[in-house]
Amino acid sequence: MIAAALTTDSFLERLPVLARDTVTGRLPESWRWMAGSLLEIIAILAGFGLLFAYLTLAERKILGRIQNRPGPNRTGWFGLLQPFADGVKALTKEDVVPAGADRVLHFLAPVVLVAVSLLGFAVLPFGRHLVAVELDTAVLYFFAAGTATELAVFMAGWASHNKYSLLAAMRALAQLISYELPLLLSVVPVVLVAGTLSTTKIVAAQGGWSLGFVPHWHVFTPWGAAGFVLFMVAALAESNRSPFDLPEAESELIAGHLTEYSGFKYALFFMAEYFGMCALSGMAVTLFLGGWGAPLAQLEWIPSYAWFTAKLLVLLLGFIWIRATLPRLRLDQLMKFAWKFLVPLTLLNLANAAGWSLTAGWTGPLQLVRWAVALALVAVPFVVLGRTLSAGSAPRTYRFA
Amino acid sequence: MSPLQGCLLLSAALFSVGLVIALARSNAILVLLGIELMLNAANLNFIAFWRFHSGAAPATGVIFVLFAIAVAAAEAAVGLALVIALYRHQKNLRLQEATRLRG
Amino acid sequence: MTFTFLILAVIILGSALAAALRPNLIHCALLLVVSWLGVAGFYLWAGAEFVAFAQVLVYVGALSMVVLFAVLLTRQSRAELRVDAPETRRAVWAVIAGVAVSGVIGAAVFATKWDPAPVTAPEVTVRGLGLELMGAHAAALLLLGVLLTAALLGAVVLAAPDRPEKEEKS
Repeated sequence: MIAAALTTDSFLERLPVLARDTVTGRLPESWRWMAGSLLEIIAILAGFGLLFAYLTLAERKILGRIQNRPGPNRTGWFGLLQPFADGVKALTKEDVVPAGADRVLHFLAPVVLVAVSLLGFAVLPFGRHLVAVELDTAVLYFFAAGTATELAVFMAGWASHNKYSLLAAMRALAQLISYELPLLLSVVPVVLVAGTLSTTKIVAAQGGWSLGFVPHWHVFTPWGAAGFVLFMVAALAESNRSPFDLPEAESELIAGHLTEYSGFKYALFFMAEYFGMCALSGMAVTLFLGGWGAPLAQLEWIPSYAWFTAKLLVLLLGFIWIRATLPRLRLDQLMKFAWKFLVPLTLLNLANAAGWSLTAGWTGPLQLVRWAVALALVAVPFVVLGRTLSAGSAPRTYRFA
Repeated sequence: MSPLQGCLLLSAALFSVGLVIALARSNAILVLLGIELMLNAANLNFIAFWRFHSGAAPATGVIFVLFAIAVAAAEAAVGLALVIALYRHQKNLRLQEATRLRG
Repeated sequence: MTFTFLILAVIILGSALAAALRPNLIHCALLLVVSWLGVAGFYLWAGAEFVAFAQVLVYVGALSMVVLFAVLLTRQSRAELRVDAPETRRAVWAVIAGVAVSGVIGAAVFATKWDPAPVTAPEVTVRGLGLELMGAHAAALLLLGVLLTAALLGAVVLAAPDRPEKEEKS
């Protein structure tokens, strides 16, 4: 189906597809579809499994460096074997289930969580020819698949028969519902401007350069930049990462919904957290950062999947950096931030994007007006809302310090 | 049995289960969930007719279901707010005891 | 009548029936979520992708959350989650009503003469759906927006405490 387009690409670009075709080519015709899907699933599982392993290591190393300590460095060279040691440890630990727990739900929660957090990868275009499922409604599918994680977190918290777990489940529910709204609303402008829900077409819509060096990525438009930041903040909250890690706030709730989990089930929760983080970052790359597109026309000889990976890694590094930098929010601050700050800004951003796509035909000096209006629509509400909401809370005086 | 008949029978059975839940259980939340199940059964019918029965405009069934889902969401939100208000008044959710009109 | 359809039917009806019988409220809610997921699977099977994902997004993503929240907000102890079994008389009448309804519908389904000609699956793209929604159904869409806003406000008013001063006394 994509053979025609393949001939014009470089060998490296074609390599994954060629590898798949050599394997499936040996099989009878009717099996090829099945084998191809299986190979894609295996590739995604292996790739992101490995990424998960080394992401945990990278996170511990980077956090260590930021906190002025070396981080894990005993297992293997520079601690490179640490993830596998952790894996062996998690596998061989005793699996404790509390006596009062709901055994079925307690078991199902981590399984459902991991399974669901893997679903999103199916529609991410990792490269020019690398998308597992080509869906007309891919963006909708991605977010529909992500919603069930909330259910799994609730199951974990409730089934543990532990008051801290239950509190964490309540917090997780409130947080995930609240941030689902800005997350989805910050995606709508992209869908509006690109005119499609298909991830591959959204990436294709961001191809090309203006002035020869500015890519047509959505992040380089006023509404796109605002949307990207809003999306990343909401994604941070959706994946329960610091500073939004209230459900597992160790200083208040022991470990939140993970309190009663041990051994491999505990590891599964972490796996799901990192998978969710990777999927949301991949979506951000697809929607705002031009997907697998190269930033400069001269750099297009580097295969598309390498660009996707590079952008993904940059975003993941951002996640880790934020974790090391920002303190945790309080629950009321969290709610206030979502409903009074993020939701109005995303709605305004939607209007901004609508105006942007309506004025697409403006040229010459009118283009300056277009940019000025769009920038003002991003900056003014941000400043006004931020000032109003933080009025009275800053500057803080430290009476005992 | 044609696919359409199968779908309609499935929807009828689902509707009946929803009805039984709504009638037999006394917890307000469960009654609400039973009603949601009945709505789902109705939506199933729309899609079944859209897919396996000719005559209508190509997108009518889908649009009808989309509207029905949105209305169901609104209904559930108000319903669960009512449940919480009910709980605040009588400290339980048994519908048999919710007989007073004045709070 | 395909194998997929039968599996979906078993999932939808099985989980709904189990929900009707379980005493534990949380189990009921989670089983109904499975049933809703089954319905979404049915939409996928019928070729209505958009509706299927919308169903998952609304029912699994939003509605189940609200239901679980309501369950947790309206319970005093863990024991209270055990909803008492339905009274026998009411249960019997409910089952009779349910069987009667499905009997009537089933009889109607078999009695009606359906057009035997096989129907080709209608082609609906997301773009076509959007144009239809914004074109012929624009008024309904606006009304729906008004309805949802009204429902949101109504829910807030209903669920908010009646009078703050009364709260302080109690």
